Amino acid sequence: MAMKFSENADRMDARYVAGLARMALSDAEAAQLQGQLDDILAFIGELKQLDVSGVEATDVATEARNAWREDVPEAGLARDVALANAPLARHEQFAVPKVIE
Amino acid sequence: MSDYVPSIGLEVHVQLKTRTKMFCACPAHEEGTPNVAVCPVCLGLPGALPTMNREAIRKTVKVGLMIGSEISLRSTFDRKNYFYPDMPKNFQISQQAAPLCIGGSVEIEVGGQKKTIRVNHIHQEEDAAKITHLENSSEIDYNRASTPLMELVTEPDMSSPDEAIAFLTALKEMLVYAGISDCNLELGHVRCDVNSSVRPAGTDKLGVKCEIKNMNTFKGIHRALEYELERQMETLRAGGKLTQETRRWDDVAGVTLPMRSKEYAHDYRYFPEPDLPPVTLDAATVEAWRAELPELPAAKRARFIRDYGLPEYDAGVLTADPAIAGYFEATAQKSQNFKAVSNWVMGELLRALGEKGETIADAKIAPEALAALIALVDAKTINMPAAKEVFQILFDRGGEPAAIVKEKGLAQVSDTGAIDGFAEQAIAANEKVAAEFRGGKEAALMFLVGQVMKLSRGKANPQLAADALRRKLQG
Repeated sequence: MAMKFSENADRMDARYVAGLARMALSDAEAAQLQGQLDDILAFIGELKQLDVSGVEATDVATEARNAWREDVPEAGLARDVALANAPLARHEQFAVPKVIE
Repeated sequence: MSDYVPSIGLEVHVQLKTRTKMFCACPAHEEGTPNVAVCPVCLGLPGALPTMNREAIRKTVKVGLMIGSEISLRSTFDRKNYFYPDMPKNFQISQQAAPLCIGGSVEIEVGGQKKTIRVNHIHQEEDAAKITHLENSSEIDYNRASTPLMELVTEPDMSSPDEAIAFLTALKEMLVYAGISDCNLELGHVRCDVNSSVRPAGTDKLGVKCEIKNMNTFKGIHRALEYELERQMETLRAGGKLTQETRRWDDVAGVTLPMRSKEYAHDYRYFPEPDLPPVTLDAATVEAWRAELPELPAAKRARFIRDYGLPEYDAGVLTADPAIAGYFEATAQKSQNFKAVSNWVMGELLRALGEKGETIADAKIAPEALAALIALVDAKTINMPAAKEVFQILFDRGGEPAAIVKEKGLAQVSDTGAIDGFAEQAIAANEKVAAEFRGGKEAALMFLVGQVMKLSRGKANPQLAADALRRKLQG
């Protein structure tokens, strides 16, 4: 497979990411997405230049805490409703193209 | 012993015993009928928002408290991205940057050697769906998707397959004790990724690590590790090189095989879960949860040895299951003879439960009845074979031992007159054996005691029978 990347890499391979997502890209789509990804990472690269040494890291933007729920069951979706959206359903299950060889 | 030293680390995934899923209110642990416990959240439908199951967080924190972790008063969730149809959102909500429990350790004992296995951390996450691969398609049941999981990650502190199993056994025991999980391996409640490496003896730097994914039986883990460690050592001895890789265990062939890169080509790209705010706990809540912890197996074993004067072996057997330990204590409270209680519970009771495939909760014999039965034996009202007969009746239908002894006429005959009579009959019918005894053959007496027992239909007090025979033969 093509070039990999890590969270710190300054370049991301659009075809590699598409491969992980099992998406087929035409050459034109790959070129377009690669350009967009490059732009995004370039912008992040600009942000990285800022001196934030005095700023406390933020992992959430809101003050909300603890989206708790008590451990009490509630009815969800009826099975036929849940399966209605599936491109293919068989044996009351969601059926997908075989994912192992 | 060997030119190479193994290092083993485990990533243990445990399904928590909760009523609902981790991030939605669908019922958890729904087995059987597929796709009956699903909703927009666990199906990953657009726009659905997760909410945290507080009970799952409480249970994971309690595990941390049991093993001496530092509990994070603020922890956060992250998305672990991967594309596989068992995870409909295309990411698993997990914890990476700030897990719930940091550090801790579990004590194990192998071959009389105690050892401390350090735990790196425990984090909270959600299970994936169940996927069945058929000839031409794969089918998915989302009942299991988002079942609460805790993942406990150890340091590479184990150095043999036996130590790995001892660790898992000790952990499982604690989790069952505290009601964290039923740890039913057949139902997949406990699943392990097993990391191992070997390094030349006398060196410190860990060797190249191989990971065996998704192991779900202790026996399988032991066999896989035996194979894998040997494979690594053989490769190095032959001058070969190991590469860091993910392998899987083929239970039928008894080998580990490299996984095809496609099966694990993940680039998880963790990032903070934007749909869930941080989990914050206050110290008072954590302390309240600590107060709910039961007495742990190791502490209970020590107490059984100290308070009931039991041998270490007995204490180990009795405390392996908290329900059995409770039954022992309930019986011991009504009895003077703790060792006899232990013998009956470990022997007859566990045997009878095993034969019927029952648990102690099903047992009809009340602790008071077992204690009373032991008292009848100690008072020599009944002998051991009769006691076992009474036990079986108590086990099958319950009741009160004294009444059963009376009903079945099992009371031991300690009436010397009656026993004298049986002794005379036995001697008269076995003159040859009697003569042998008189001639100095001590063992002949046992045969005659047997005859007295037979004549009394098992009810004679054997000691009194022997005394009577000896008196008559020597008199």
